[in-house]
Amino acid sequence: MFKPTFKSKKAYIDLSGINKSPLTLDSREGNFPCPTCSAWISETEIIKNNDFCPRCSHHFAVTAWERIYSLCDEGTFEEWDRGLTSFNPLDFPDYDVKLQKAREETHLPEAIITGQAFIGGIECVVGVMEPRFMMGSMGSVVGEKICRAIEGAIERSVPLVLSCCSGGARMQEGMLSLMQMAKTSAAVGRLNQAGLLYIAILTHPTTGGVTASFASLADIIIGEPGALIGFTGPRVIEQTTGQKLPVGFQRSEYLLQHGMLDIIQPRLEMRSLLIRLLTVHQGGRNGQ
Amino acid sequence: MASNKFEFESSYRLLESKLEELKQLSETLDCDFSKEIANVEKRISELRTERYKHLTPWEQVILSRDLERPMTRDYIDLLCTEFIELHGDRLYGDDPAIVGGIAVFEDRVVTVIGHQKGQDTPENIRHNFGMPRPEGYRKAYRLLKEAEKFKRPVITFINTPGADPGIGAEERGQAWAISQLLLCLSNLRVPVVSVITGEGGSGGALALTVADRIIMLSNAVFSVASPETCASILLRDVKRADVMAEALKLNAPALKELGIIDAIVEEPANVNLLEAPDFVSGLRSCIKQSLDEICALPLDDLLQQRYQRLRIIGRFNQ
Repeated sequence: MFKPTFKSKKAYIDLSGINKSPLTLDSREGNFPCPTCSAWISETEIIKNNDFCPRCSHHFAVTAWERIYSLCDEGTFEEWDRGLTSFNPLDFPDYDVKLQKAREETHLPEAIITGQAFIGGIECVVGVMEPRFMMGSMGSVVGEKICRAIEGAIERSVPLVLSCCSGGARMQEGMLSLMQMAKTSAAVGRLNQAGLLYIAILTHPTTGGVTASFASLADIIIGEPGALIGFTGPRVIEQTTGQKLPVGFQRSEYLLQHGMLDIIQPRLEMRSLLIRLLTVHQGGRNGQ
Repeated sequence: MASNKFEFESSYRLLESKLEELKQLSETLDCDFSKEIANVEKRISELRTERYKHLTPWEQVILSRDLERPMTRDYIDLLCTEFIELHGDRLYGDDPAIVGGIAVFEDRVVTVIGHQKGQDTPENIRHNFGMPRPEGYRKAYRLLKEAEKFKRPVITFINTPGADPGIGAEERGQAWAISQLLLCLSNLRVPVVSVITGEGGSGGALALTVADRIIMLSNAVFSVASPETCASILLRDVKRADVMAEALKLNAPALKELGIIDAIVEEPANVNLLEAPDFVSGLRSCIKQSLDEICALPLDDLLQQRYQRLRIIGRFNQ
């Protein structure tokens, strides 16, 4: 099994393509407005401030590896199934090109990284989705890796922690993608039968087939502040219904109010919350 | 069934009108062309049947959405006796986009659940065009749990553009309602057969299509997203939905090859399906045979097989 070394950790977080769309980019020396508070900020400021807006704490996207480092005990993450890769099973136009581009941009084989790790000394199975890889969409490989992660958790009898981020099912794999919703949900059923804890962290954005399958089936569902979480995307709702969307619609805070989330937790305190949840869950015993 | 859905129908209609003229002429002139007329009639019917056998995926999408196709209630009334509709999710409301209840199918008491579209605009507004809200999925959930309690097999009928894309649906947890239903069906302790009768649209359709056997009508479709959505997102041109319909592999033969569905029931060309005896008996026997097979399995085997059916779906390199 491939074990990544932690030396490969990048010094910078690559924000290209996430927050610097041509619409938000300004000529003022690469500064751009924060999507939440509109303050003019630079990439350097954001990096210095742990990927948050220095003024309003807006959570900028981070890579899946960054998230793994920030959640797991140092040096404990061991990646699984890195060799699972997508091909173009339906011969869908341009899919090969898009896959290739996503691999080159992210240096990842697919839109999720799964593996085993310790969090606060407690052994877990961890999966983190990567938003930059084709919008974190779920095709055959994402579905399969999630199922294998669940099966791995059952085999080891350890909790499962999944950090979700997705535009939904991957259209280019047609019904093979849609069926991953049923497949991963069925696998969560096995996890439930085994009586194991499953914590989902929903990050910006988690929508479509991922929200409507394994992501919303966790025992404990944690949202990141301001994350867009839902089934149908806001633009589609606006276009179809012609209604103006309520302020804060489909954001974590809105979902908490409507009873869909357990907790909203800022990213910097996510690890400490996980440690508390995992520790209390196993009867207050620390893993060490 | 109305025949103005497709452009190619106009040529058959032209032939038919010419034939009608010939009939009238033969009456006026008092000549007997009956043999010739019968021959031409037969030929037109053959041509039409042949054409309908070779519908493009996009033409099948159009046909699958046709309001004159039978809807779930029609199939229930056609196939079952003693249907008693049950309402409400016991939480918030009753969603007319999903109908369900108990009925008798071929001497078996079953729970039937399906998406319900209307056949005209007022009816469609009442049924929300067959797009369920969370209440619909939660009603289905409740009825499935009831079926489990009374050990009744379940038949689901699928025909929906997808889940309701509304503000209220999101506020009341559309995603949560769908995932609960997927989980529920994946380990429901009774046999389940799904029949895709028309439009199988995205997660809203899938929520009722986790089953031990999936049957599909030959012109039904089942897709990850509508061809229009794919065209507008991937090609930035909604008019090229026909290209996406081809690429998505959403029709019955393609899905059978992918191992997603089990059986196809052939639809006759351009007639009201409810009035086509071969089609009706074919559908009935296909559902019956599927139920016979899965009802005969020990429960543990049934559940294990249902899990495995899902578990092996997906294509990748390793």
